[in-house]
Amino acid sequence: MTNETGEIRSTQRTQLNLVTKNNHGTARLTPAPPQGELVDSPLFPDAAKRELANPVQRKNLHHAMSTIRAKRTRVTAELENWEELRSAGEAIKNRVGRHLDDYLVQLEENLTKAGTTVHWARDAKEANEIIVGLVKGKLGPEDLPEVVKVKSMVTQEIDMNEALEANGVAAWETDLAELIVQMGHDRPSHILVPAIHRNRSEVREIFLEEMGNYGKAAPEDLDTEPKNLAAASRAHLREKFMRAHVAISGANFAVAETGTLCVVESEGNGRMCLTLADTLISVVGIEKIVPTFADLEVFLQLLPRSSTAERMNPYTSLWTGPREGDGPQEMHVVLIDNGRTDVLADEVGREALRCIRCSACINVCPVYEKVGGHAYGSVYPGPIGAVLTPQLRSMKNPVDRSLPFASSLCGACNDVCPVKIPLMELLIHERHKAVEAKKQRKSYNVHFEPIAMKATSVMFGNGKLWGAALGAETKVGGKVLGRFFDHIGPIPGPLNRWTGARDVPMVPTQSFRAWWDEREKNNGNKAKGDQK
Amino acid sequence: MNAKDEILQRVRKALADVKETDPALDVPVAWRYEQPTAMDDVIGRFVERVEDYKATVVRVGGSEAEIAQAVVDGLTSIEAKDAILPVGLPAAWRSAVEAAGITILSDEPQLTNDQLNAAGAVVTAARVGAAESGTIMLDHADDQGRRALSLVPDAHICVVRTDQVVSDIPEAVGRLQDSVKQQQPITWISGPSATSDIELSRVEGVHGPRTLYVVVAG
Ligand code: SF4
Repeated sequence: MTNETGEIRSTQRTQLNLVTKNNHGTARLTPAPPQGELVDSPLFPDAAKRELANPVQRKNLHHAMSTIRAKRTRVTAELENWEELRSAGEAIKNRVGRHLDDYLVQLEENLTKAGTTVHWARDAKEANEIIVGLVKGKLGPEDLPEVVKVKSMVTQEIDMNEALEANGVAAWETDLAELIVQMGHDRPSHILVPAIHRNRSEVREIFLEEMGNYGKAAPEDLDTEPKNLAAASRAHLREKFMRAHVAISGANFAVAETGTLCVVESEGNGRMCLTLADTLISVVGIEKIVPTFADLEVFLQLLPRSSTAERMNPYTSLWTGPREGDGPQEMHVVLIDNGRTDVLADEVGREALRCIRCSACINVCPVYEKVGGHAYGSVYPGPIGAVLTPQLRSMKNPVDRSLPFASSLCGACNDVCPVKIPLMELLIHERHKAVEAKKQRKSYNVHFEPIAMKATSVMFGNGKLWGAALGAETKVGGKVLGRFFDHIGPIPGPLNRWTGARDVPMVPTQSFRAWWDEREKNNGNKAKGDQK
Repeated sequence: MNAKDEILQRVRKALADVKETDPALDVPVAWRYEQPTAMDDVIGRFVERVEDYKATVVRVGGSEAEIAQAVVDGLTSIEAKDAILPVGLPAAWRSAVEAAGITILSDEPQLTNDQLNAAGAVVTAARVGAAESGTIMLDHADDQGRRALSLVPDAHICVVRTDQVVSDIPEAVGRLQDSVKQQQPITWISGPSATSDIELSRVEGVHGPRTLYVVVAG
């Protein structure tokens, strides 16, 4: 079947299996993601090389990152007790992790008491089977085979959309950035703003080309104004919200004491899904628990200020089971392990389970800023991704073993993490594990870790050199990054000679840290000047 | 073994190093809950912070007549022809809205999604306001209506009484405890719907109400 519009009403479109240009010649209900599995991505250095070759993305990222960093610094400084808040967040999450069995049992009990059905899933496959089964059981023969989704990292992690698609159900992303990614046949590149690598004219092109294939088309005269792009997404998604029978969400927090779930968002698409559908399925990683409702006072201050750098995100929804006459009358929670208990078993590595997915560490990461999120081959990019992904996936594949090296160890991430995860220390811990894993696998054919280890120690042992290199110019900095992994060709200028023959000593001017701090200060001042 | 038992078993195995069974003794949390944040003028801060989100804020006295007039002014300013008023709102507000020639839409029986979509505005009360973050909290009691009411229409006129406004999130969360225990859903609103997904430039209004008009009364 083609994507001819004809007389077909847009509301009937999801009954069609479309073959569009970007669907690789297969009939699909939703836009196809890029071919290949995420975990099949090239090793970080190779991926980094590819991403570095994309100047538009680098520019988009640089702009976005410097803006948000400056804002975050300002809004966290507003709270006099910020450091105490971080310590409280750290302690509460440690308490949950160290007594997770108790809290899981308590959460299940209170969810059930509130009228929510609880399911448990050992891994992604089991989770998807549960979700697909629930969805199919809820959709009648007359209903469109579709669900609306609130942005959720864990559903990305288990590749739920593709599992639904394979079972004849369209999963529609409703967060603007996720919509851009989905319509763009793309993958998210950031956990908070998944389309951060796209600029406004790219978004316009994606909307014009794809929206009409899957529902209400974008207006023909759509320009590149973010306001008008957002309006196009509003119109496109509204018909999907209005007819939705089943919605799928994640949860930012699950309160053990009351069985309350919490979703934090900005656009209202979350509220639409959480309110208008008849059935709500919430997919929740087992580490998402907070002990008491009162604990939310800590996390709902830490999270928005660290993530979007706002005093508060526009909308926060809290619900405790179904309520008669208001919102979905049937609620399910799927509690997912999918490697989290492996992380918990590592007494050092378990600190990463405190993560509240704010993305602050990603936003300050100089490596992320150069290469973007796709290079990490995981739904979790940046420092937290480099620490968490290899633990969740057990370093079975070379991509995971390369990730702990995807860092400059500059320490900026440690300073910003609202729950005080010592990301640098964890990266070093994971590097060690990667080398051990390598030793045990004689068949493993890429001699990558030792090279990277050596290169990192030389390069970052000499912070001045790295600082000078990064500071020189985006392009050079990017190439240096590649060069240090020994996977990217020669670079111009004095660094080439250093990395090639080491016959010309660099003239270091500043330590990396000092350079970084100064750069942040300048960015901050600039951003302040831009303020209304 | 079923998935639940297996996951719990994995957790217990992973935590073999944890010997103390009392979570509170094992990991003390140095935090005092529900502490007020010191500030000279709580209401002033609330108004300033809500305005920061590009919401319109007006301050009026606490009498029903004054509030009713402010609600009508809000509806008039956005040229609403009709508005949803939840059943629990004071009668004085209803008669003022009616007298101004604005049709009152009742949600009993419940309006359909399409009717909500077509409504000019919704008027609600609130449960709590948090000054420092400029957050309005609804617990969807009778004077606020079910969640969809303050979500689907494009304009939300919200009345917050000064005695509902506290310094910041900790105090506010404390005030919401009862609602949670009664399993009421809770919505926090900090400005109108907004997105920063395109080049991080902020755009007001995506799916939730694009206009938020706040009456601070008392
Ligand atoms: S590791 Fe910390 S800074 Fe990074 S996303 Fe998680 S909570 Fe945020």
